[in-house]
Amino acid sequence: MANIPTQVRKSLERHGLSDEQLRTIFRTMLLQRQLDNRGFQLNRQGKVPFALGSEGHEALQAGAAMAFNRGKDILAPYYRDLGLSIGIGLTPYEIMLSIFARAADHNGGRQFPNHYSSKRAGLMSFSSILAAHIPHAVGAAYALKYRKEAGRAVLVTFGDGTTSEGEWHESMNFAAVHKLPIVFLCENNQWAISTPLSLQMGQPNIYKRAEGYGMPGEQFDGFDPLATYDACSRAMERARNGGGPTLLEGVCYRFLAHSTDDNDLTYRTREDVSERRKDDPVPRFENLLVESGIMTGEQVAAMKQDVLHETNEATDKAEAMPFPTADDLYKHVYEGAWEPWQ
Amino acid sequence: MTAKPSAESKFERQGLTDEQLVAMLRVMILHRTLENRGFALNRQGKIPFASASEGHEAVQAGAAMAFVRGKDILVPYYRDLGLDLGIGLTSYEVMLSLFARIDDHSGGRQFPHHYASKKLGLYTISSVIAAQTSHAVGAAYALKLGKEHGRAVLTTFGDGATSEGEWHESVNFAAIHTLPIVFLCENNEWAISTPLSAQMGQPDVYKRAEGYGMPGVVADGFDPIACYAVTKEAMDRARHGGGPTLVEAKCYRFLSHTTDDDDRSYRSREEVAERRKDDPVPKFERLLVEQGVLTPGALDELKASILAETNEATDRAEAVPYPRPEDLFSRLYEGPWEPWQ
Amino acid sequence: MAVATSSSQVLNNVEAVRATLYEALKNDDKVVILGEDVGSRGNVFLITKDFVKEFGTERIIDTPIAEASIVGIAVGMAMEGLRPIAEIQFADFIYPSFNQIVGEAAKTRYRSNGEYTCPMVIRTPYGGGVRGALSHSVSVEALFYHVPGLKIVVPSFPADVKGLLNAAIDDPDPVLFLEHKKTYRLIKGEVPDGHYVIPIGKADVKKEGSQLSVVSYGLYVHWALEAANQLENEGMSVEVIDLRSVRPMDRTAILQSVRKTRKLLIIHEDNKFGGIGAEISAMVAEEALFDLDAPIRRLAAPDVPAMGYAMPLEEAYMSSPAKMADAMREMVKF
Repeated sequence: MANIPTQVRKSLERHGLSDEQLRTIFRTMLLQRQLDNRGFQLNRQGKVPFALGSEGHEALQAGAAMAFNRGKDILAPYYRDLGLSIGIGLTPYEIMLSIFARAADHNGGRQFPNHYSSKRAGLMSFSSILAAHIPHAVGAAYALKYRKEAGRAVLVTFGDGTTSEGEWHESMNFAAVHKLPIVFLCENNQWAISTPLSLQMGQPNIYKRAEGYGMPGEQFDGFDPLATYDACSRAMERARNGGGPTLLEGVCYRFLAHSTDDNDLTYRTREDVSERRKDDPVPRFENLLVESGIMTGEQVAAMKQDVLHETNEATDKAEAMPFPTADDLYKHVYEGAWEPWQ
Repeated sequence: MTAKPSAESKFERQGLTDEQLVAMLRVMILHRTLENRGFALNRQGKIPFASASEGHEAVQAGAAMAFVRGKDILVPYYRDLGLDLGIGLTSYEVMLSLFARIDDHSGGRQFPHHYASKKLGLYTISSVIAAQTSHAVGAAYALKLGKEHGRAVLTTFGDGATSEGEWHESVNFAAIHTLPIVFLCENNEWAISTPLSAQMGQPDVYKRAEGYGMPGVVADGFDPIACYAVTKEAMDRARHGGGPTLVEAKCYRFLSHTTDDDDRSYRSREEVAERRKDDPVPKFERLLVEQGVLTPGALDELKASILAETNEATDRAEAVPYPRPEDLFSRLYEGPWEPWQ
Repeated sequence: MAVATSSSQVLNNVEAVRATLYEALKNDDKVVILGEDVGSRGNVFLITKDFVKEFGTERIIDTPIAEASIVGIAVGMAMEGLRPIAEIQFADFIYPSFNQIVGEAAKTRYRSNGEYTCPMVIRTPYGGGVRGALSHSVSVEALFYHVPGLKIVVPSFPADVKGLLNAAIDDPDPVLFLEHKKTYRLIKGEVPDGHYVIPIGKADVKKEGSQLSVVSYGLYVHWALEAANQLENEGMSVEVIDLRSVRPMDRTAILQSVRKTRKLLIIHEDNKFGGIGAEISAMVAEEALFDLDAPIRRLAAPDVPAMGYAMPLEEAYMSSPAKMADAMREMVKF
């Protein structure tokens, strides 16, 4: 692949990203898919009771993660944000601890998989309840503004279904009133479990809600990590510098069922999905990197091997960890010892 | 009350007859008179509470004129005295509500101006902001499901209500299902003490419509004819399968939120006085007189008849007994209720 | 062992809910179902599977993800004469609709002095033991049973599910209908054919006994029966009462049983503090304290926010037939 002509190289709109950063984005995408598939495999093997799929969100999440300043920004994600969580610094081992519900998991095995909480990574704790985290993100952004912490911003993510929740609306409105340092990133994958976007809202463009709140709104191709990075980095920069909130909409697609407990054939056809698979962001970005000479085919193969190895190692290491015990039941209900009324 | 034909061309009457124009003015003056009576009764210590809607007379009388009695459904909020009167509520019913008497719609259970009348198509509401919006949407869904063409729901709320999650959920649902409903925002710029600038990030409620996929229109809420026109157009669209509309009428709250509120703590007398200059009631009186729709003498008679009606309603309602202690347990469930005492 | 006969069939609880909803849709075109994923997906437990094909998208409404409005829109439908059956996908998602249930639906009749009513059903799966973690396993009945104007039904046998769901749909007032999701496929039973109603507010003695009254509801009725049967083999006689409704609650049935056995054990999956058992204990203490031969006892969940995902955390939270049998033995021997 060394014979890529120079003009093709130029055609890649890299938005100021170095070769190194482009490779990092790609690695995050590969790792997300590998870990995601591993969760589903472990479920089929009967080793874990549940897994959540995020295939189709790789480009969006890896691109957004690259716009996140580690050690400064705050991420308030939702449960489909495996790639974003890895992209801002979570390790595959932490992912596997979560999938296996081990004692060493962030939540001590209390929550479903992919519900992280890490102050180290700037990742806020959240529940499985849709939109419940949006006001938390707004509250965090208010705290940043109140403490005059310029140069920091909150990135909050959600699916298209979440935009129908009242709490989403209340949060958007408040952020706009107070011009808070926050970016609302909608990962519009067209499906809320079985509910298509056409039954979720009366018009198909989420970013168009922005004007009604008095904030900028922008839509981009969520299968393109670089377009995502571009939109997110501009919005995050604006937020960090006192420019207030932005509503971003990345249009992507949910390739898998909602979770291992869902059968999407009850509400959509294989053809629907395979049609969208043709545009799968992972091979698409791989081709782009190779054609642009950022990576050779051999480098790609080596990276995939490395990602698989890392996933295997994380799986084995996490599986060997102990479960929480009944003694852990009463921990962290309140601060200090809790003597329940038994 | 004969109109001078020469004056006809000077104002846009939107197809309203002289009789309808005078009926609107009557609703506006009655609205204000009853409301002031509520405040007076409160100061006299006769009732514990009254809520205010001065400044909303034009939007409410105009919107009421677009409501088809016996067909449409009104899901109002608590600041809709004029709208309720405009669709057929009587002064006596208003006074029963203010006095919390046994014959009040709610049996004296609710705050004033929380009516419920199936006869009028007037839905029961609570005092909780935006809680009624989803009920209105449910009623509109029922109309659509029953293929009751030619009927629509009119639901109202203030600017503050648009910040509630339930408002968002309801408007969104109505848009998805192309429901026969009109969302009318009476934007009076104040939610108790919270100004519009602290309520939303941009000042135009109607601009939210596009994000839901429905038309959004705005009207001068001090102009009853303009409010009638936009509401009528939206209601007609709703009645004929055209789906929902978000209508914003920009008005102003002249009084405090209620008798329990003192607005001097959060806004200046000057601000209110400045807006009072545009008071819709005298403005519409002048317009109708100038246009020859109404003679000055007829206007005086109208006011006198309204005052007499208000006095009579006040005296009559005051004489009605309160609910009794045994009414406490009635109408909690259908049939007798044996509470766990 | 449930056996199908010419006038009954054996169904599990999912099938019982589904069959009852189907009949209601078939018999009354005022009945509509609204909720998340109830349409083409047919509900996450397949309770409404294929309904949309037969009854159409106008009556089987896939709502946006917006629980406050799911209940609120149903309130408006009910006020306008429809018979809405709102579904909250999991009881854990019900909190945004708290205002509409407690502040609106439960007060509609009272606040309009009977002019408007709110005949509607809110169905929701609740309960744990299914690896549902913190947000797919909670019990919500105690948060709502404090509220006059609301009725709350918690059936646990397929025949009761049908009779009580029919009663709920026919009821002129709002009914919160709680379905224990672990019983959905686990519990099978004979269900009579045809339309029948079990009155809301009537408990059922599932097993007669003389030495101890056990009052429970939901999944734990089944476990309590298992424990009581075990004790029978040990020569002890335990009566098991299935409340079936927690508001209104069947005071007569509880007092009758307690006055007979003179001992009361209340078992529920929800945590103890302020739970259903607290109200029953207080009522029995007020009405029948001197008929008791032992202190009232409550067997309930640990006082923590919800059950964790990891198996040991869920097991520590949930009771079991063995733990119930232990408590029963202690009570009988007291």
